[in-house]
Amino acid sequence: MILVLVETQADGVELLSAEALTFARGIAASGDGDVQALVVGPHPAATLEGLAAHGVSAVHHADDERLAAYSAAAWAAAAIDAAKTTGATTLLAAASPRGNEVLAHVAARLDLSMAANAVTADAGTAGTLVVRRQVMGGAALEEVHLSGAAGAPALVTMAGHAVDPAPAAAPSSPSVSVFAPALTDADLVARVVRSEPVVNESGALTTSRVVVGAGRGVGGAEQFGDLLELTELLGGALGVSRVVTSLGWRPHHEQVGQTGSRVSPDLYLACGISGAIQHWAGMSSAKTIIAINTDDEAPMVTKAHYAVIGDLHEIVPAVNAEIRKRKG
Amino acid sequence: MNTLVCIKRVPAASSAVTLTDDAMGVDTRHVGYTTSPHEECAVEAAVQLVETHGGTAAVLTVGPEDALEQLRDALAMGVRSAVHVVADSDAFGPADVARAVADVVGARAGSDDAVDLVLLGNDAADTGDFQVGIRLAYRLGWPVVTGVRSFQVIESAEGGRVAALGDGPDGVEHFDVPLPAVLTVKEGGITPRYPSLPGRIKAKKAPVENVTPGFEPAGSGRVRLHLPPEQPSQVQILGEGADAAPALVDVLEQIGVVGR
Ligand SMILES: Cc1cc2nc3c(=O)[nH]c(=O)nc-3n(C[C@H](O)[C@H](O)[C@H](O)COP(=O)(O)OP(=O)(O)OC[C@H]3O[C@@H](n4cnc5c(N)ncnc54)[C@H](O)[C@@H]3O)c2cc1C
Repeated sequence: MILVLVETQADGVELLSAEALTFARGIAASGDGDVQALVVGPHPAATLEGLAAHGVSAVHHADDERLAAYSAAAWAAAAIDAAKTTGATTLLAAASPRGNEVLAHVAARLDLSMAANAVTADAGTAGTLVVRRQVMGGAALEEVHLSGAAGAPALVTMAGHAVDPAPAAAPSSPSVSVFAPALTDADLVARVVRSEPVVNESGALTTSRVVVGAGRGVGGAEQFGDLLELTELLGGALGVSRVVTSLGWRPHHEQVGQTGSRVSPDLYLACGISGAIQHWAGMSSAKTIIAINTDDEAPMVTKAHYAVIGDLHEIVPAVNAEIRKRKG
Repeated sequence: MNTLVCIKRVPAASSAVTLTDDAMGVDTRHVGYTTSPHEECAVEAAVQLVETHGGTAAVLTVGPEDALEQLRDALAMGVRSAVHVVADSDAFGPADVARAVADVVGARAGSDDAVDLVLLGNDAADTGDFQVGIRLAYRLGWPVVTGVRSFQVIESAEGGRVAALGDGPDGVEHFDVPLPAVLTVKEGGITPRYPSLPGRIKAKKAPVENVTPGFEPAGSGRVRLHLPPEQPSQVQILGEGADAAPALVDVLEQIGVVGR
């Protein structure tokens, strides 16, 4: 049985967790029984509906007022309790900051291996799980074989956007069991004591349908005017390369890639970005990729769906004018 | 206040990689090496701690002989001394690395060099395991905060604390943990300095303690590496220069991101 650690947000199951549930059904289909969900602490009412749509057979809800503030160790204690009582042979989470962190705590507490950033996982022989996981920012995949047993599950986090989230063919009406995990004071030492919402001037990078990407080719901090206008015309967010943040042209929270954000928009419009593997790692799952670049051999150009060759400072203003003209 | 900062030598390939003949590693004959970006921020933080609080900062790596290059880079940024656990990185899995670091921290306990804070990167740029810092914290019995963008050490009569912040699903999240502690740092809030020339010269003479791990590694569990399936280029060139703008906007309309 595969137990999925599900993260939630105001409207129910969080996107990466929805992907993980979809991924889990794939593993189950390859031979590892059913999929069940673990939710830790308070969560919105819509969660249950979302989990039913994903066809989970049971929902385990760790409930304790000490779980109201996030603590990775406490979440791990809850996950271990749930894995033990259910006899889960695989414990899966999204490779989100929380997912990776909680599973690493589980791994350390149970002295088990953990495979982060999996892109495929299939039941192998003799109860093993054959996992391929991204290494070097996705430039290579590492194959590992995890043994999963009741009490000592295979621990896997799933790389963001490795599958499209999709509901199950048939929704379920899962049983819900509420339990109080065994928590110690030590589990609560490193907990969130305060959080404040971020005010991101360029819009929500990871949730935007359109991301306008900007790289070294922009040429300087003062030269983003046309790109910001294009971003606004498309109702999107600006994402940048590491060169742009290292040079201090734009803030780091706009960085896309291995050490920045992973985005999965309908359109990624890469302007003056060469397409290094570490940048590609952050945007390769965009549905449509368009490159604007002076170099027709840049990897971003050859790997894109569409490209325009030339100076972005000539092309982008012309594109802006064309959009304004058509909008009338 | 003594800080130990852990770094890793990683390949700095920016385009597609090739594998070694046995598919157990990446062919690094034609690529350079660097320190994982998150760890450069951790080194900077360690140097700043000494500047504001005194005490010492040491840098540690578990890696091959050549990883001395990355230790020297950290020394050039202002760290005073280095510990080199000489080991084949490929043979050491995340649990092994955590154990090797814990052994070094343990050996210093109770001495003048006793470690109060261990800094690591959030995840290594090559293996991306996301777990060395956490495994280390459990070995030491210390609290751990991961994904730290910036932090402050607060010293008081009752003992030191760390106030750390990072990015969570609901925004900026604040943590407050007692020392000794483990933090894993993420790029974004701390800007690593460029080593100065005097720094580089000093780094050449700085002491590097070589350590041989006192155990057989359990390994990483790697069966082999694969390359992601190669996609033949299917790019459609829409044109050159400003003249291509209408063709580009046609595509934007087709995919529905610009309304007619
Ligand atoms: C461990 C590690 C982690 C990393 N993590 C990240 C990460 O998270 N995100 C990231 O982005 N990078 C990351 N990098 C860096 C990455 O390897 C590249 O260095 C970086 O992505 C390059 O940025 P760039 O494309 O803007 O610059 P360049 O590679 O310099 O490319 C600039 C491009 O702009 C084009 N150009 C120049 N002038 C113009 C013009 N006027 N009009 C149109 N095009 C023009 C050029 O032809 C070129 O293709 C990482 C590197 C390492 C080693």
